[in-house]
Amino acid sequence: MQKIRVIIAKPGLDGHDRGAKVIARALRDAGMEVIYTGLRQTPEQIVSAALQEDADAIGLSILSGAHMHICPRVMELLREKGLNDVLVVVGGIIPDVDIPKLNAIGIKGVFLPGTPMQEIVDFITRNTHSRVAT
Amino acid sequence: MKTASPAAGGSKERRGSFTTISGRPIEELYTPADIASLDYARDLGDPGDFPYTRGIHATGYHGKLWTMRQFAGFGAPEETNHRYKQLLKAGGTGLSVAFDLPTLMGRDPDHELSLGEVGKCGVNVTSLADMETLFDGIDLGSITTSMTINSPASMIFAMYLVVAEKRALRQGFGRGAGWESLSGTIQNDILKEFIAQKEYIYPPRQSMRLITDVFAFCAERVPRWNTISISGYHIREAGATAAQELAFTLRDGIEYVQYGVDAGLDVDTFAPRLSFFFNSHSDFFEEIAKYRAARRIWAHVMRDRFKAKNPRSWQLRFHSQTAGVSLTAQQPYNNVVRTALQAMAAVLGGTQSLHTNSLDEALALPTEEAATLALRTQQIIAHETGVANLVDPLGGSYFVEKLTSDLEEEALAYFDTIDRMGGMVAAVEKGYPQREIAESAYKFQQAVEQRDKIIVGVNEFVADEAEPIGTLYIDETTAERQLAKLQRLRETRDNDRVRAALDALKDGARGAANTMPLLIDAVRAYATIGEMCDALREVWGEYEETPII
Repeated sequence: MQKIRVIIAKPGLDGHDRGAKVIARALRDAGMEVIYTGLRQTPEQIVSAALQEDADAIGLSILSGAHMHICPRVMELLREKGLNDVLVVVGGIIPDVDIPKLNAIGIKGVFLPGTPMQEIVDFITRNTHSRVAT
Repeated sequence: MKTASPAAGGSKERRGSFTTISGRPIEELYTPADIASLDYARDLGDPGDFPYTRGIHATGYHGKLWTMRQFAGFGAPEETNHRYKQLLKAGGTGLSVAFDLPTLMGRDPDHELSLGEVGKCGVNVTSLADMETLFDGIDLGSITTSMTINSPASMIFAMYLVVAEKRALRQGFGRGAGWESLSGTIQNDILKEFIAQKEYIYPPRQSMRLITDVFAFCAERVPRWNTISISGYHIREAGATAAQELAFTLRDGIEYVQYGVDAGLDVDTFAPRLSFFFNSHSDFFEEIAKYRAARRIWAHVMRDRFKAKNPRSWQLRFHSQTAGVSLTAQQPYNNVVRTALQAMAAVLGGTQSLHTNSLDEALALPTEEAATLALRTQQIIAHETGVANLVDPLGGSYFVEKLTSDLEEEALAYFDTIDRMGGMVAAVEKGYPQREIAESAYKFQQAVEQRDKIIVGVNEFVADEAEPIGTLYIDETTAERQLAKLQRLRETRDNDRVRAALDALKDGARGAANTMPLLIDAVRAYATIGEMCDALREVWGEYEETPII
């Protein structure tokens, strides 16, 4: 079976990468192909990595409060590049009031502190299934 | 691993093994046999005596309680100035500035990467004008100020100095006046940025130069200032164990002292102004032992390795902060309890100052109510529990002494490994501490997933979420206001003077001049943080790490 390809990215200026790295490793241990972009990626760099790597999913790690600026930009660029079927999930410190707003722009999963790694693995597996199967 | 002895009534143990939060196996009982090799005078000493295992002050908290220093900053300088006045009114005894990410990364609010980050994680300070607003109405001579700033530490410190200087000038004193009486701390610890928090700008060796420049400048001009806060906090938050936090932090300390000595400074001129910053995590006894071990190790390092003669160079002073990473978004009121217990460990370990986290910090920056409750937690420990009545109350405990020695031994083994690599800068360039920490972080997460480690409200005792608590929301007008101020500043200041100061800074950076006086001149001309940092980026380049997962 084809491996799910996931980009894990840290957008913005923040360097707290514990969560991003732990998740990257958990996804890899679950059999996915994981590309970790490293720190301080602009939305442009992230989307271009997704295009180049033919990613099935993008995981954004944002703890700094900049999510309402970064996420819409990433979604807009994905649309521009015709990558509408790439699953986008966000993990980090996201106030409750922002979750519906993120869902509304097409971000399917928002994971807060304390989420089990397995839940994220399952979510990505389930939601990239149609793409990977075709 | 112990199994139940018949004496225990043959009862079955709850688990196969008992370990600390760092994964350290713990016996069921400790006895005099565990500390048979300890010699009181040699290994512990009374508080105030070498090697300071029991504390650096003979009188503990009798003379002075620890400084209750609550880290705060958000939005524009006006908002944070208001919060500081509120914290001081509530009985806080020191200030601690949290800067936003653009400031921490040396970027102006109009830089592309500042998008959405202005004022979010801390206060935005772009120029001297913002620093003047931040401390408006606060007497710099009567408080101590800690500033959590690393790559641009010299630039922010220069701004603080010029605020003090301008006030002194208004009172008829000359340039540089008022600096001798300033007291406080800049974090200025770049090694832990490379290791853990990742807010670096320049390559390691150039970054180290900025730091030794501060050591030299302060020894002469700002003698009461703590020039660095060598930090384990972020190393621990990134996933290190207690032993790794201890080892990497103190080995960073050794590296700074070595660079200072190599720059030609007499160790006793700057070592007394080095300070440390540790995490106070949830494993109560392991944390207390960690602080005790830290003091003992540092005393030996300074006396034996660096031949320092001033006892103040031997004494490890530290700030502590409760573990942000232990806070949970689930059942947030539980965080009050976690923080209280962690704070108690820091006090029993003899901390010089303490920040207690607020209950809502897994969700957002703290509200005023939450921040006040966190401060009250410290006041209750100080005034109601009695733990501040005596020094090192757990000294002599078979368990705590054994743990102290074990942690020391583990740290010394790490020192050997890092020494063999050629020191901490070389180890960082090889990614060694980064890999060790990532490994520990992953192991801990797996232990949580497998429920070997229980986190109340997360993987056990889970409850349906009650009403969400109210959190602080930073609105977008902060960025707009800061951008407008920056625009106005660029229109009204003497731009020729700014350019000349920045050119002088670049020349100095190419040569061997101390960068501090050059930065102070640039600040006086109202150069922005982005402009000053860019000037040095131009000369020194930027660091990029190889991501390790």
